[in-house]
Amino acid sequence: MSPADATRQQSFFRSRLFTTDHRVIGVQYLVLALVAVAIGTVLSLLMRIHLVWPDWPLPLHGPILPEDYLALVTIHGTIMLFFVLTTAPQAGFGNLILPAQIGSRGMAFPFLNAASFWMTAVALLTLLSSTFVPGGAAISGWTAYPPLSAIASAGPGQAMGMDLWLASIALFAVASTASSINILTTIIRNRCHGMTWERLPLTVWGWFTAALLSVIAFSVLLAAILLLFCDRHAGTSFFLPTGDLVNGVLHRGGDGSPLLWLHLFWFFGHPEVYIAILPGMGLTSMVLANFSHRRVFAYRTMIATTLLIGFLGILLWGHHMFVAGLNPFASSAFSVSTMAIALPAAAKVLSWLATTWRSSPTYTTAMLFALGFVSLFITGGLTGPILAQPILDEYLHNTFFVVAHFHLIMAMAGIFGLYAATYYWFPLLTATRSHPGRLLSEPLGRWHFWLTLVGAYATFLPMHFTGLAGEPRHYAQLTGVPGAGGALSPAGALLSHTLPLNLHITYAAIFLACAQIVFLFNLIRSLRRGVVAPPNPWQATTLEWHPAFNPFLAATASHIQVIAVHRAPCHYQSSPSGETFLPQWEPDIVVQAALESAINPKPE
Amino acid sequence: MPATITPNKTEPERKRRLEDHDNGSGRRPPTDKRTGGGGDGDNWNERSRGHRGPYERLHRYRMGIFFALASDLMFFVAIVSTFFVNQSTGHFDAYNHYVNEWLPTAIPPILWLNTAILLLSSVTMEIARRNMFRETDVMDEWLGLGKPITRRALPWLSATIVLGMLFLAGQWVAWRQLAIQQIFFRTNQSSHFFYLITGTHALHLFLGIGALLAAFTGLYVSRQLETRQILVDGAAWYWHAMGILWLFLFGLLAFFQ
Repeated sequence: MSPADATRQQSFFRSRLFTTDHRVIGVQYLVLALVAVAIGTVLSLLMRIHLVWPDWPLPLHGPILPEDYLALVTIHGTIMLFFVLTTAPQAGFGNLILPAQIGSRGMAFPFLNAASFWMTAVALLTLLSSTFVPGGAAISGWTAYPPLSAIASAGPGQAMGMDLWLASIALFAVASTASSINILTTIIRNRCHGMTWERLPLTVWGWFTAALLSVIAFSVLLAAILLLFCDRHAGTSFFLPTGDLVNGVLHRGGDGSPLLWLHLFWFFGHPEVYIAILPGMGLTSMVLANFSHRRVFAYRTMIATTLLIGFLGILLWGHHMFVAGLNPFASSAFSVSTMAIALPAAAKVLSWLATTWRSSPTYTTAMLFALGFVSLFITGGLTGPILAQPILDEYLHNTFFVVAHFHLIMAMAGIFGLYAATYYWFPLLTATRSHPGRLLSEPLGRWHFWLTLVGAYATFLPMHFTGLAGEPRHYAQLTGVPGAGGALSPAGALLSHTLPLNLHITYAAIFLACAQIVFLFNLIRSLRRGVVAPPNPWQATTLEWHPAFNPFLAATASHIQVIAVHRAPCHYQSSPSGETFLPQWEPDIVVQAALESAINPKPE
Repeated sequence: MPATITPNKTEPERKRRLEDHDNGSGRRPPTDKRTGGGGDGDNWNERSRGHRGPYERLHRYRMGIFFALASDLMFFVAIVSTFFVNQSTGHFDAYNHYVNEWLPTAIPPILWLNTAILLLSSVTMEIARRNMFRETDVMDEWLGLGKPITRRALPWLSATIVLGMLFLAGQWVAWRQLAIQQIFFRTNQSSHFFYLITGTHALHLFLGIGALLAAFTGLYVSRQLETRQILVDGAAWYWHAMGILWLFLFGLLAFFQ
């Protein structure tokens, strides 16, 4: 290797890999999330295939055993929730866009930022490596309820696999906390001149609230993991009740409480849901306003509802525990706080509808995905108040009805938010110092949107019906239920009715996954050959489209020294000559004229 | 066709700031006499709301530490709530009697001494921190008249490190004393919590001593006054927070068992 090569290699490591540049770190997070989402999707397809064709042997593996199915459930949930829905919107687009949107040239703590990314990457590797240890990956779901998760002999994946799962999530919790501290400090202290709190784009409010939730929630998860780890290895009994008999092993000792883990876990787990969805909500507001050429309807209310959703989000964890032996009075209280969150959520939906109402918007792909977000959020949200009733939840909790609910409102809405962000910000994602940003192909994008929307509804709407018909979650197999009469036993007969619909769901899921190939193709093609984007392709008003924040334009726009904000975002006007928009960074023309006339030194 | 309203660009004019002692002759002294910043090469006056000034940097780090401590507080809140839940949890025995087997762990008396040592270390740390921001010393350092800040702060910082290590040694003695009485981490529900709480707190103090050592090294190595101030200031707030936290945890272990 010549010295020049060595220098180039070193500069590659410095500039692309171990960099503290927030834009590169953002892209790294997004690539990590893309890898994770691909793995998570394949796992979900395996589950769907196994449910309807249980005898199909997985190549290179053999038949899928019940414990394999549970491992698929666990790793699918963990990967999707932590490494896709938490990582991509909050850390990925947060790093890529957030500093520019508040007029800052960087994050507050660049080194901490890079450290968080690498911790997240190690956490993902740790999680994936658990597949290859003896016994395989953990099988207790992404919630890891004790006592089974506390006892190594409880199942094949509960020994080394569970330890690696705990280590991975602990690492992820530390990384997320560090990343959120960074985001909070950046938003509070690095805003440019004129960027008051009310002028912050709603995306920034989404990131801000999600970061606050992360700081509060993730350390509680970390404490819970520490306690569970002690239960597993130090002989303590925080979560293990005395006389607990698992797989022939009797636990003697203190009076631990498995319900305590549920409290600690869901105190984290429910805010986690909002961490995943709040940035998408903010983006939806901004994208809808941008392409409708309108102001966001009730901007201040939208800020308030974002914070209110965050606040209520930490008060309603108990609604995950209605059937876990929670005191009925506590259930009522959690039911009320859960219903209360419908208020700010409904206010958000009304604002989205009012923003677009009769506005003849430009239907770009980003706009379509934002509208899809609204649609999925409503569809998934409507089942929320149903599940918030302890009585109804008792029947529905362990059925596919819940699976349908959270996949529509969190997974699909979250993914649609991510797609809206990708199509919207792709020019900023691809811009480099030497090359302007590119746009993703719009025709392909529209195909991608409609196929994905149809696939999402075709997959997850029928799950409501199979759930209502009694199909349980976490069951590896729906056919051949043991008992008197085999498949014709009462349970077998019940489940056999859901099989045709399950077959349909599996086909739809495969269709939905295949539709994403359109996106991947579009992504790869547009990276190289996409249309070169103009400096502000969407006529956006927010600061990330300022020339100084576009790496390609920044070199030529070096005369711009002070970046200042003069108004709230989404300043669109209709005039006889057409529509005009005024970005946040343009000074007021009236004030400017008044200034000029005031300081004009020439006499009349 | 939509159009952007493009206003005229006015040439930003560089102005002399008489109020900042800018006599136009070259290097300017620091205007922020507490942090030694705002002088020449620090573009703080040129920016309407700069983010590279010493004040901003110091406060940015303070805020980061504040959020980290808030998150850490939630960690201990979770553990303490677990303590109360497990303390009140019992089970039904074979005769259908409800039994609560909580056996309070009597704390070793040396913890009182440790608490006093930790409080004292917080005092010495605060003196060290305040010495970093004395106006006259900051001006002396800026003018190159020796290193009065380091000279004043270093002894107090060293005292804090020694006291901190003494506290950790005291905790070790407490654990040994319990172990001699055959009380270990796994012995009973209450001892789980004694070791867990003191252990996680000791781990935090261990990291705190790391921060203090970093500040100690920084006082020698770092050429920038602001960096030295940030190191000592950050370590100090972390140290104070751990001291206050210990008061609560100690109160819990001593009086709420």
